[in-house]
Amino acid sequence: MQTKRMTFPGRFLPYALLAPQVIVTLIFFIWPAGQALYQSLLREDAFGLRTTFVGLENFARLFRDGAYLNSLSVTVVFAVGTTLLSMSVALLLASTVNRMIRSRSTYTTLLVWPYAIAPAIAGVLWWFIFNPSIGIVPYILDMVGYQWNHRTSGADAMMLVIFAAAWKQISYNFLFFLAGLQSIPQSLIEAAAIDGASPMKRFWTIVFPLLTPTTFFLMVVNVVYAMFDTFGIIHATTQGGPAQATNTLVYKVYADGFVGLNLGSSAAQSVILMAIVVALTVVQFRFIERRVNY
Amino acid sequence: MVENRPWANFFAHLTLMIGVAVVVFPVYVALVASTQAPGDLLRGTLPMLPGAHGIENFTRMWQSGVSNAGAPPAGMMLWNSFVMAMAITIGKLSISLLSAFAIVYFRFRFRMFFFWLIFITLMLPVEVRIIPTFQVVADLNMLNSFAGLSIPLIASATATFLFRQFFMTIPEEMLEAARVDGAGPLKFFKDILMPLSVTNIAALFVIMFIYGWNQYLWPLLITTDPDYYTIVMGIQRMTSEENPQWHLIMAAVVMAALPPVLVILFMQRLFVKGLTETEK
Repeated sequence: MQTKRMTFPGRFLPYALLAPQVIVTLIFFIWPAGQALYQSLLREDAFGLRTTFVGLENFARLFRDGAYLNSLSVTVVFAVGTTLLSMSVALLLASTVNRMIRSRSTYTTLLVWPYAIAPAIAGVLWWFIFNPSIGIVPYILDMVGYQWNHRTSGADAMMLVIFAAAWKQISYNFLFFLAGLQSIPQSLIEAAAIDGASPMKRFWTIVFPLLTPTTFFLMVVNVVYAMFDTFGIIHATTQGGPAQATNTLVYKVYADGFVGLNLGSSAAQSVILMAIVVALTVVQFRFIERRVNY
Repeated sequence: MVENRPWANFFAHLTLMIGVAVVVFPVYVALVASTQAPGDLLRGTLPMLPGAHGIENFTRMWQSGVSNAGAPPAGMMLWNSFVMAMAITIGKLSISLLSAFAIVYFRFRFRMFFFWLIFITLMLPVEVRIIPTFQVVADLNMLNSFAGLSIPLIASATATFLFRQFFMTIPEEMLEAARVDGAGPLKFFKDILMPLSVTNIAALFVIMFIYGWNQYLWPLLITTDPDYYTIVMGIQRMTSEENPQWHLIMAAVVMAALPPVLVILFMQRLFVKGLTETEK
């Protein structure tokens, strides 16, 4: 790690400066994370009277458990759906805004604010719009002959949470795509235009390849978002239902631990999730380091 | 623009207007719903134009709330959200300014150890280790308190990482000049480092405030006392009863969304700067 060539001398001061953050981290981060690791190796009996050390059995059970495997595939569908939807809409909007000269900042302002809305609030909003008895969208769908009901149809429920999650993420992706587009040298595009390349051809052969670093970065961020920050959306709308159709991994940690009181299994699920985030973080960091050298 | 094509421009504006409409739509629906009379929303479909009961609904929500759900008045929940968001923001900014200063400007034993201890928290959200964190807070008797609402969420290294990166870009000559003039570390921190970081602090302030305001799971778990309900979680409690009073809930939704949206609209430049620098 780099340091400054010149530093202050100090025997106690640096520790005092670090103390607040280190104490908070130890108490509210390291200790609970350690607890999760430890509990994932224990098993409580049905009455919570006895705990026994069972090694990796909680993990083994999870991977034999149909409900957990279902939750895994639900998470994959949800994350892929949210990422694809929000990134494609954001890219379309960003590349269109980027053509604008006078109205660019107005459109940007109109598009960035959903970032500020809480996922839980986004969930409630879309839940209301899709409400089978009073919502506006089921009313329209009914006219074209589709009976929308996210309380009984798992597919409808999944679409609902994907809409809410993607809607909230569009503004974030939009800003990064716009920044990426603005860093592409205009001369490249002009040269291609002089050679007679159509706007579509220019986009797919010049602009899009130059955007791959941004796209890749956003993919990782969006997957992390869909996996972890969308708890509020699911809890405020479908609560994992109907019939486990929207029970994502993060929601299941909460449901099994707080509602089902199965602490060993919930802790094992936490540990698996932590491993996934760490892996995604490593990917992101390696990528960021590479990007600096471009 | 490379070439000027009126039709292309027309379609570009059309695309963007549709995009903006889709983005605005849910909030428009909430606004319309929040101005209806109690029965209007139960009669089939939602009207598309605002009704006449807006002021009535907002006043009722602000002052008394949906009392049969046991939810406190929205005014109080908004205040709780504000206190929590400010505590998280100020807490995060102050501990990370200090620790970034220590890591960049001092050489001491176990520096790398502390560095990694802090940075390991960089991306692990509280949702992942929620149950053990809840147990720790319960053991410390911090349930139903503002300390319990805010302090556990301060433990994340994003701000520390950003300040460290920023301090690394400050020229060495600053420190040399300060030392020649006989300034000690704390004076250097206060008189040179802090003024140089004002923009970064403001940018992070915007992001942290929104992060704190939008917290959901954590307040939901650790507050059973309505005196500590925040607005975002309070809304969920209102929707989960037997016959949700949508006109009042939507008034609360608008009130819950307004403060963070205003913060973003007024501080847009700083917000974008903070966002791109945190992530890149």
